[in-house]
Amino acid sequence: MLILECPCCGVVGEETEFAGGGEAHLKRFGPGSSEENFHDYLFAKENPKGVHFERWRHANGCGKWFHAARNTVTLEVYGTYSAQTYEPPQEIKDKVSAKVPGWSWREFA
Amino acid sequence: MKRYSAFAVAREALGNHMGWERAWASPEPKKKYDVIIIGAGGHGLATAYYLGKNHGITNVAILEKGWLGGGNTGRNTTIIRSNYLQDPSAAIYEKARSLYETLSQDLNYNVMFSPRGVMMLAQTQHEVRGYERTAHANALQGVKTEFITPARVKELVPIINLDGPRYPVLGALWQARGGTARHDAVAWGYARACSAMGMDVIQKCEVTGVRTVDGKVQGVTTNRGDIDCEKLGVVVAGHSGHVADMAGFRLPIESVTLQALVSEPIKPCMDVVVMANTVHGYMSQSDKGEMVIGGGTDGSNNYTQRGSFHHIEETVRALVETFPMVSRLKMLRQWGGIVDITGDRSPMLSKTPVENMFINCGWGTGGFKAIPGSGWGFAELVAKGYSPLTEEFGIDRFKEGRFIDESGAAGVAH
Ligand SMILES: Cc1cc2nc3c(=O)[nH]c(=O)nc-3n(C[C@H](O)[C@H](O)[C@H](O)COP(=O)(O)OP(=O)(O)OC[C@H]3O[C@@H](n4cnc5c(N)ncnc54)[C@H](O)[C@@H]3O)c2cc1C
Repeated sequence: MLILECPCCGVVGEETEFAGGGEAHLKRFGPGSSEENFHDYLFAKENPKGVHFERWRHANGCGKWFHAARNTVTLEVYGTYSAQTYEPPQEIKDKVSAKVPGWSWREFA
Repeated sequence: MKRYSAFAVAREALGNHMGWERAWASPEPKKKYDVIIIGAGGHGLATAYYLGKNHGITNVAILEKGWLGGGNTGRNTTIIRSNYLQDPSAAIYEKARSLYETLSQDLNYNVMFSPRGVMMLAQTQHEVRGYERTAHANALQGVKTEFITPARVKELVPIINLDGPRYPVLGALWQARGGTARHDAVAWGYARACSAMGMDVIQKCEVTGVRTVDGKVQGVTTNRGDIDCEKLGVVVAGHSGHVADMAGFRLPIESVTLQALVSEPIKPCMDVVVMANTVHGYMSQSDKGEMVIGGGTDGSNNYTQRGSFHHIEETVRALVETFPMVSRLKMLRQWGGIVDITGDRSPMLSKTPVENMFINCGWGTGGFKAIPGSGWGFAELVAKGYSPLTEEFGIDRFKEGRFIDESGAAGVAH
């Protein structure tokens, strides 16, 4: 069973306490952007077989949003971190690199 | 290919059943094909079959990384119905359902299509209105469905508890010609027919790269060497994003695990398929007597084919509410498949940014029922560049805002 630690309130809980919110670190494109960028922002998914950065909400807890780095094949959680960031903290990236050398993600923004 | 028949059974009995030939060949890959299909699930095999049968293209290879039918096709709960809401969906699902009616004869392989009737329970006022709307839409589309009363539900399913503790049954959407079929047999039947037409079904052949020249597909890289092709069809369900990535584009798809379970076999107790979308579970009885049960998808992306435990709990709780006798059954097996979910819960049968590379994916939790229709339409798209069946299902619909919203019809995973 998936166990996550909420970086907002510090509670360690199992999956049913949280609600998944999909891919993280989306770069927003709004009015005035190209069709291509707007489409990709809304619809195109990384959906990797491997390292995934994603949003979660501590739905049955403090109610706040946060981010997690997780492996979609092994289900290993590399860490959770604040949602107030454009990219994962270096410490999380290092942990991921140690386990999955050569992992990739579209440009962080 | 020797045909299967009652006469053949008698003939082979005389020879102690030593004379049956292999159902399909296991050839080595050639250097080049007219068309390569990646993925020997139902949709990939059906595509190849109709490429040969309807369009005369038989220089075809179907490449499968595992064993044929070992993906979602061999893991699903086999519900077949066509009571969707939108016109493009009704067209392709009803085409599929009608092809299922004669598929055994067509393939000379018993796919055990059993049009026993599919019932979708309405357990909230919202659902009642939704299904009444679907029944009206289906009437206009020429798909025969009706909205039935709780009394009729009880008549068709005596083991049901109509006044469930949380959600009483207020009626149901009933499609009498929906039902089930044997999932493996669908894959095997198509594979045998493809092999008989001279196509190469190549198992244990994983595609690891897509080669392009000037934006045009040239071939694929596999664990058994490079293979060239004129046209490439990608039909890999949960791995669609992964293969698209090899060709350098992203898809509006997320992969999650959907699971199912079966009980110990018991005597016949329910001869229709029942889906309960509000409490989130569905059930039918297999010919062996097992209760075949399914429910919700995982809440986060994954490629595990295992599934999270609390979803089993949720599904079983829903079924115990709906069919109290289930509480005394032992569950025998549980498994998962990686389903490919799009934002509007409709599939994509489409050209791609790479010329001559086509993709058929996004069937998500409900594509078994669509296999013959999808293969029919996708083969036409690959052969001619256009098919009326697949026209509305292009990848571009997201950019253009032409969603085919089936989140109501596909609400519970099936
Ligand atoms: C538990 C469960 C229950 C379901 N219940 C129903 C139901 O009741 N009714 C219904 O209509 N639908 C149901 N579905 C959905 C249905 O199973 C799928 O939509 C359908 O089987 C998809 O078929 P496919 O041929 O597209 O994919 P698959 O059968 O998954 O075939 C894709 C194949 O591609 C292969 N592949 C992937 N990557 C590569 C690669 N790189 N190289 C070579 N080969 C590759 C895979 O090994 C796989 O065999 C259910 C699904 C699940 C998981």
